[in-house]
Amino acid sequence: MTQKPKLTFPQPPARPDEAPDFSSIDIPPAGALDVPPLDLQASDSRDYANGMIRVLNDEGDAVGPWADYIADLDPDALLQGLRDMLTMRAVDQRLLNAQRQGKTSFYLLCTGEEAIGCGFQRQLDQGDMNFPTYRQQSLLIAADYPLRDLMGQIYSNECDPLEGRQLPIMHSSRDYGFFSISGNLGTQYVQAVGWAMANALSNNGQIAAGWIGDGATASNDFHAALLSASVYRPPVILNIVNNQWAISTYTGVATGGSRTYASRARGYGIPALRVDGNDYLAVAAVSKWAVERARAGHGPVAIEWFTYRVAAHSTSDDPSAYRPKDEASAWPLGDPVERLKAHLIQIGLWSEERHVQAQAEILDHVTTVQKDVESYGTFVNPKPTSPSTIFKGVYAEMPDHLRRQRQEMGF
Amino acid sequence: MPKMTMIEALRDAMDVKLAQDPKVLVFGEDVGYFGGVFRCTAGLQAKHGEERVFDTPINESAIVGMAVGMAAQGMRPCVEVQFADYVYPAYDQITQEAARLRHRSNEVFTCPLVVRMPTGGGIFGGQTHSQSPEALFTHVAGLKVVIPSTPYDAKGLLIAAIEDPDPVVFLEPKRLYNGPFYGDHSGKSVGWAQHPAGEVPEGHYTVDIGKADIRRAGSDVTILAYGTMVYVAEAAVEQSGIDAEIIDLRSLLPLDLETIKASVEKTGRCVVVHEATRTSGFGGELIAEVQEACFWHLKSPLQRVTGWDAPYPHATEWDYFPGPDRVARALKKTMED
Ligand SMILES: Cc1ncc(C[n+]2csc(CCOP(=O)(O)OP(=O)(O)O)c2C)c(N)n1
Ligand SMILES: [Mg+2]
Repeated sequence: MTQKPKLTFPQPPARPDEAPDFSSIDIPPAGALDVPPLDLQASDSRDYANGMIRVLNDEGDAVGPWADYIADLDPDALLQGLRDMLTMRAVDQRLLNAQRQGKTSFYLLCTGEEAIGCGFQRQLDQGDMNFPTYRQQSLLIAADYPLRDLMGQIYSNECDPLEGRQLPIMHSSRDYGFFSISGNLGTQYVQAVGWAMANALSNNGQIAAGWIGDGATASNDFHAALLSASVYRPPVILNIVNNQWAISTYTGVATGGSRTYASRARGYGIPALRVDGNDYLAVAAVSKWAVERARAGHGPVAIEWFTYRVAAHSTSDDPSAYRPKDEASAWPLGDPVERLKAHLIQIGLWSEERHVQAQAEILDHVTTVQKDVESYGTFVNPKPTSPSTIFKGVYAEMPDHLRRQRQEMGF
Repeated sequence: MPKMTMIEALRDAMDVKLAQDPKVLVFGEDVGYFGGVFRCTAGLQAKHGEERVFDTPINESAIVGMAVGMAAQGMRPCVEVQFADYVYPAYDQITQEAARLRHRSNEVFTCPLVVRMPTGGGIFGGQTHSQSPEALFTHVAGLKVVIPSTPYDAKGLLIAAIEDPDPVVFLEPKRLYNGPFYGDHSGKSVGWAQHPAGEVPEGHYTVDIGKADIRRAGSDVTILAYGTMVYVAEAAVEQSGIDAEIIDLRSLLPLDLETIKASVEKTGRCVVVHEATRTSGFGGELIAEVQEACFWHLKSPLQRVTGWDAPYPHATEWDYFPGPDRVARALKKTMED
């Protein structure tokens, strides 16, 4: 029997008027996958790319080979992880409120994805460089980037290291391993490969990490990055944050017939792993492994962090128009903060009371810094940067035509 | 006559064509179920089905590349690039493929497609949500480049673009989506419902590609503008009290040189304004054309008011945007020269 060609148009399992449905997502038990050798080959990584590395089980226990692999993570490091995530959440909430009050033009949350950036960054060393997207502010938090700089960028005021040039959340900090964010999706991914090639050529022991969202894996630069990394084998970690949505577009429009994003990297000859991105311990363990591998000269590795975008895409977006309102609460991998908290309580390091107290302290600290930064001006209370900054840094040396234009502007 | 915003007018144009011609297809990022981040395609998938209106992966090169293949095979794709700032991955497909397919195949393969994209600043979008890349397309033989400034023109021009036998780059001044913008960001914005050009006929009509519109008749100086800058020019005329003739080009390629020439021959003076950066901007082309066509009628040097030659800033957006003050200054200067 013959069939007529018919196009497919992937649709998410549920739309706004329907009940959330994640039944098609296969969640393997925690502890099921072992820790591969650091020189893992693409051909031997199939189970890692199609499965899911998980450490914390539903009871809050850390189980399996990956739990043993990070058994040396001491209580301080675990508590630091929780504090990083709580700080991230407090910063996001405070800045969202600021945007709602008209104090800045735009904001964007990483709610639900805090474990990924926080857990990854703590495994990097000074000198390593991330090539993030706009949703990886958690890398900055865990790099101990000064909150004053971070918030100054959001308010485009005197505290902004970028002097108001960039849209809020498009941070840039060389010292804290955070490459300048571009609004154009995908471009940074292949740049991470180039940066890592430069590291290898100059033998400086540093590594690079590219970051990309599930939607942006469709970009040409994603594929260019995988191919280039596969050809030259530089010390680069290629992270894919699969949070199920790209603005209103269901992740299936980016995966097509592929099984996972990780398996796509394998097709390019790059070993790949898929990880429960809402499990701080799994994130820490796999990050540690990947960083060690890259530093030891075993070439590129790709990691798909499996997670869910809890918040709207940005303050310009209303997700209730395209997905069920309660979809986030149905997400089968839970909340990263709650899961680490439960684990820490389980092992006697933490309690409900201490958690509430820590939250309050963190919020207090964040609010204090925010008030100070706001005193330098907001959109409601503007103390704008000098317009002459428009002409600063276009070139190393200002050409005559820009000098003339600056004069015409009155400076 | 119904009142429409520019968003509604664009949507209506696509709706009319989708209903009328089964070959018309509409697709792009977030365009299908959701209806586009600016809502220009809202409801079209529900009405015309997902084979006609659909979401694409985030790859502008793929969006336009697929459209080229479809167009060559007889379809009429009208695709959206979410922001003009994100068209660059598709630049190869637009400028090297769509633009030249007719010519290089000796007209055996053709490429009737439309690439819509929001353009221009004024929304605090920073350097990647504010660009005006029209000159990157007017420099390419084989393309048509259109930019409406009213809901009426938006609908008529989009229908004409979809029906055009050649590829059309369709720039949508996003600052005009919901109402005219006179360059005063602190002032109260009015919607299209309060503006005569917000009246948009139902059903099918076209506005000719290649025809400019005289938005204000005047005798002292000709202002050539398009998109958002048409309203900024109106504000500058009011502010300066100079009796300027404002021409809304509407179509940059092909250009309505006849209308321009007739006006400049009458006024003897010309100010060119655009939001895009100055160097190698479309203003340079306009000035060259006017100089060649009207040299013996000119009473003073031609002036141009443009965005600065720097990336579009976030916080100091209004110091970058060429507002009515700068246009009024150029008008006065051209009268004094
Ligand atoms: C080249 C390009 N095309 C389109 C856009 C508009 N855009 C901004 S974010 C986004 C969705 C990205 O989704 P994903 O990669 O999954 O990242 P997430 O927002 O989920 O973190 C789109 C389409 C863009 N910024 N750049
Ligand atoms: Mg996503």
